[in-house]
Amino acid sequence: MAAASDVFMPEVGSGKLHVLAVDDSHVDRKVIERLLKISSCKVTVVESGSRALQYLGLDGEKSSIGFDSVKVNLIMTDYSMPGMTGYELLKKIKESSVFREVPVVVMSSENILTRIDSCLEEGAEEFLLKPVKLSDVKRVTDFIMKGEGKKGHKRSRSDDYSPPSSSSSSISTAFSSVSHPCDLSLPASPSALLSKKTRLSI
Amino acid sequence: MDRNQSRRQIAAMKQSLFDQGLLDEQFIQLEELQDDANPNFVEEIVTLHYRDSSRLISSIDQALKERNPLDFNKLDTLMHQFKGSSSSIGAKKVKAECNLFREYCRAGNAEGCMRSFQQLKKEYAALRKKLEAYFQLARQAGPQETACRSK
Repeated sequence: MAAASDVFMPEVGSGKLHVLAVDDSHVDRKVIERLLKISSCKVTVVESGSRALQYLGLDGEKSSIGFDSVKVNLIMTDYSMPGMTGYELLKKIKESSVFREVPVVVMSSENILTRIDSCLEEGAEEFLLKPVKLSDVKRVTDFIMKGEGKKGHKRSRSDDYSPPSSSSSSISTAFSSVSHPCDLSLPASPSALLSKKTRLSI
Repeated sequence: MDRNQSRRQIAAMKQSLFDQGLLDEQFIQLEELQDDANPNFVEEIVTLHYRDSSRLISSIDQALKERNPLDFNKLDTLMHQFKGSSSSIGAKKVKAECNLFREYCRAGNAEGCMRSFQQLKKEYAALRKKLEAYFQLARQAGPQETACRSK
C-alpha cells in the first residue's frame, strides 16, 4: 500500500517532478505540457476531471488493495471544464487518503475572487490566471521541488492519516492564505504575495 | 530574398500585428517556448486553435439560428471556450470581441450578440490570414527568425 508520503515526495536522485495536467482545451493542454517540459518535469496530460481520477485510480474502478498508486508530485487543473470542474476534482483529490497531500494548482481565465477563495479554502496550492506563463510554472515547480514547508518533512509509513480538514488547514495557512485584496498588511511571504498577485492581475 | 531582408520583413510583420492591436504578450510568451527541437511550436499551437475555433464558430452560428428564444447560457459557454483558445495564442482583438459578445449574452441582448458575432468572425478571419502569411515567411527564413530560448 502506498503511503501518502511516497506519492508526492520527489524521488531522491530522479530530479524530475511528475505533473498531471488536466484541461479540456487542446490548445491549453499542449501549452501546459510544453511549459512543464521546459521546467524539467515529466508530464501526463488528460482532458477531463474524470480521466484524471481514472489515471489516479480514484474512480472506484480499481480495488485499493494491491493497486500501486501512480506517483504524482503535482496536479495542475483548469477550473472550467464540462462535466467535472477543476474545483470538484480538487475536492475529490483532497478527500483521497492517498493523494490529498499532492499539491493541486487551479488555473482559470477568470479572475473571480469567490472562485479563488473557494479553491484555496479547499486546499489548492495556488490559483493561476490564464494564460499561464513559463514564469508561473517555474515558480510553482521550484517551490515544490524544494519540498516546501509541511510537505518537506519526513513522515514514517506508520503515521496514521489524519482527517483531511486538519492537514488542509495547515497547508492553507502555510501557502495559500485567504487574503482579501484590500488587506495590504499581509506579511510578505512568497505564498501570500502569490495569492495576492494572482488575484490582483486582471 | 536574402537572409537579412527576410529577417527584417518578419520582424516588421510581427511588429505591425502588435501595433494594430491584433496580438498581445502571450504570443511572445509562446515564441519563447520554441527551440531547435521545437522550432514550429507557435505555428502548431495556432493550428490547433484554428481547429477549435472552426468548430466553435460553427456551433455558435448554429446556436444563433436556434432562436425563440436564444439559449444565452449555451452561447456564453461556447464563447468562453472560444475566448480561452484565443487568449492562449495572444489574439488580443478577437479576445476583446469575445468579451463583448459575452456581455451581450449576459444582458440577454440577441441583436447585440448577433452583431458582435459578425464582427468577431471578421476579426478572426483577418488575424488568421495575417498569421498564415507570417508563419509562411517565418518557415522560409528558418527557426532562428523568431524569438528562441537559449535553452
